[in-house]
Amino acid sequence: MRPDGPDTSASATERTGLAVVRNGRIVDPASGRDEPGDLWMRGGKIVDRPADDETKAATVIDAAGLLVLPGLVDLHAHLGEPGFEYRETLESGALAAAAGGVTTVACMPDTDPAIDDGPTLEYVRERAAGAAARIHPIAAVTAERRGERLTEAGELAEAGAVALSDAGRPIRNPAILRRALEYSRMFDLPILVHCEDPSLSAGGHMHEGSHATRLGLKGIPSIAEETAVARDLMLAEWTGGRIHVTHASTAVTVDLIRSAKQRGVRVTADASPHHLVLTDESLSAYDTHLKVNPPLRSKADVEALRAGLADGTIDAVASDHTPRSVDEKYTEFQEALPGATGLETMLAVVFTELVRPGLLTLGEGIRALSTAPAGILGVEGGNLAPGGPADLLLFDPDGTWTVDRASFRSRSVNSPFTGRTLEGCVTLTIVGGRVSYRRAEPDSP
Amino acid sequence: MAKDRVRALRHRHLIGLEDYSREEIGLILDTADSFKEVIRRPIRKVPALRGKNVVNLFFESSTRTRLSFELAEKQLSADTLNFASTGSSVSKGESLGDTARNIEAMQVDCVVVRHAAAGVPLFLSRCLSSAVVINAGDGAHEHPTQGLLDLLTMRDALGRLEGLKVALIGDIAHSRVARSNIWGLRKMGADVVVCGPPTLIPVDIEEMGVEVCYRIGDALRGADVVYALRIQLERQQEAFFPSQREYTRLFGIDPERLELARPGAIVMHPGPINRGVELDSRVADSGRSVILDQVTNGVAVRMAVLYLLNGGVERDAA
Repeated sequence: MRPDGPDTSASATERTGLAVVRNGRIVDPASGRDEPGDLWMRGGKIVDRPADDETKAATVIDAAGLLVLPGLVDLHAHLGEPGFEYRETLESGALAAAAGGVTTVACMPDTDPAIDDGPTLEYVRERAAGAAARIHPIAAVTAERRGERLTEAGELAEAGAVALSDAGRPIRNPAILRRALEYSRMFDLPILVHCEDPSLSAGGHMHEGSHATRLGLKGIPSIAEETAVARDLMLAEWTGGRIHVTHASTAVTVDLIRSAKQRGVRVTADASPHHLVLTDESLSAYDTHLKVNPPLRSKADVEALRAGLADGTIDAVASDHTPRSVDEKYTEFQEALPGATGLETMLAVVFTELVRPGLLTLGEGIRALSTAPAGILGVEGGNLAPGGPADLLLFDPDGTWTVDRASFRSRSVNSPFTGRTLEGCVTLTIVGGRVSYRRAEPDSP
Repeated sequence: MAKDRVRALRHRHLIGLEDYSREEIGLILDTADSFKEVIRRPIRKVPALRGKNVVNLFFESSTRTRLSFELAEKQLSADTLNFASTGSSVSKGESLGDTARNIEAMQVDCVVVRHAAAGVPLFLSRCLSSAVVINAGDGAHEHPTQGLLDLLTMRDALGRLEGLKVALIGDIAHSRVARSNIWGLRKMGADVVVCGPPTLIPVDIEEMGVEVCYRIGDALRGADVVYALRIQLERQQEAFFPSQREYTRLFGIDPERLELARPGAIVMHPGPINRGVELDSRVADSGRSVILDQVTNGVAVRMAVLYLLNGGVERDAA
């Protein structure tokens, strides 16, 4: 399980040896802990402070002035493999994750072939073994993501699927989604839904509003998402199945989820960093890096998403990391493929735009990026409790950096945040006790 | 107003009238006026752009705009090249970035570009280090030289732009002509009302500074300019309106409706006209119609734009 990153020494901690992160501020929203202290690791797990005679032999990682955080868990990323290796591989995606402080990634099944049967899922897991982050596949709800025939969820769950989703393809037939929600109850797998009514969004390239009108681009109305959210929530309520609304983007979506939660519907939701920060106004120069699906919405929608995140209606922040090649972006706006990378910028964007201005406390931000998504997926991690995996990161809250195309670990560079200066740097990422990312010294050549 | 006068454009390209100031638009219209004299001479040629090459890059079919640009270029003594191809970069098999790199490598002075995709002229202007880019229409975004020729035609016919009431009738949603007219007219102090079926009025267009109405009578009452837009009959298939018959019944401009406009009001259309659909022939061919003046002014305005963007200043004109 040696990470194959730029940092191959992994000298800071040996898997079987004892290591300690010293003098950092430990923030663990799962336990409510937020205090200066030491964090001990052994055998890839977090452990209690050992007896004094043992501590002398420990490898010491100095975290003075740094935050010690549970590794982030991303429940929505597209990692390209198999089929789209020119955009991303599991290896490059995991390196990107590690650089962003993400220690666990759930990858979407919109691969070629789709992850819709046991052998394909096992293939992905094998390819991901030894990567710089833990990768858990999400399996398709329907065969080839066609929305027609259910996949063998039992076999997929057994093989390690953490959720079911047809990724970017909405399940058009409500009877199929109804059966999937009922059937998946046996395995307690959430179904991640991309809520979009294609007949309302067809031909659209950005949010329908005054900016699309000005630019002469066909809009994607908010209602294309909201009618689908309403329908899917009703199906979840009717069936008692577990549903997760991914990349929520509109104010009405937040309201629908809030009231569904009040009624006891088993629903969770996430929003992407770009939807929490950017609006359709930023598209004024037809920048294809800002073309995403769902599209960047209005200022009022951004405010509603932020309020939803603050009050817990939106449980998690997920990257929706969607790598695209230069050729797929460097073209006419209406031809460019939607999607933005996000693994490497997710934490710093949330820290800079939501935590620093006081919209979220640091603990709330980390809960949304780590603890909550771990819970939704039912995976280990998301906390710093002894006995759990030593998946964590060190974060310099006073560091700043400028997002630079040349510095991405991802194979793709389609970030909407390129050129922005962000606050807070990941300095070290540890997965299972091993260093999977170490930030180069700022003054080194 | 003399203090508003400027002698050169601040912009290197013409992507849209949204970016241009009132003073720059005024300069183009005044320069176009001087070029109209050139057009009336027996030998309609000035050496202003001698030695410059201009490429007309038409990725969407167009007859009159291309002819108008070509005529303007030739009357300015520029060397012109035409390239026409329809479809997206994907269907053509060459990326837009590569197209831009090729133009750059050929050391072209000026590119006139028409494309079905909004944003392409801006894209090219950002890729090209030295060539001037002139937008000849991009998707539903802008058609700035059309907007300018329309302003010139209104100014010629009515003596001013400030305070005019201009009614734009028809498919506003898919119209780059409407957008360029709205920006240009608002900057020059005219009032604009847009009118059409609600399905063809784009959301929040009020934010561009226009009034919206759905009854043709409200739009025409007191109008100085009645501007009918071309209705694409394919929109019927996309459920924007139920039938051509009903469209004409609700929004067609006929002599009776035109009576609602101010006496002396003019009728405009960007062409080509669907006679009997958006415009009754009795109106299109009447003395109120300035539709052919629009075409004539198109050449003068394009000469002015080409001239000003390729290094000319006002005092050297004509």
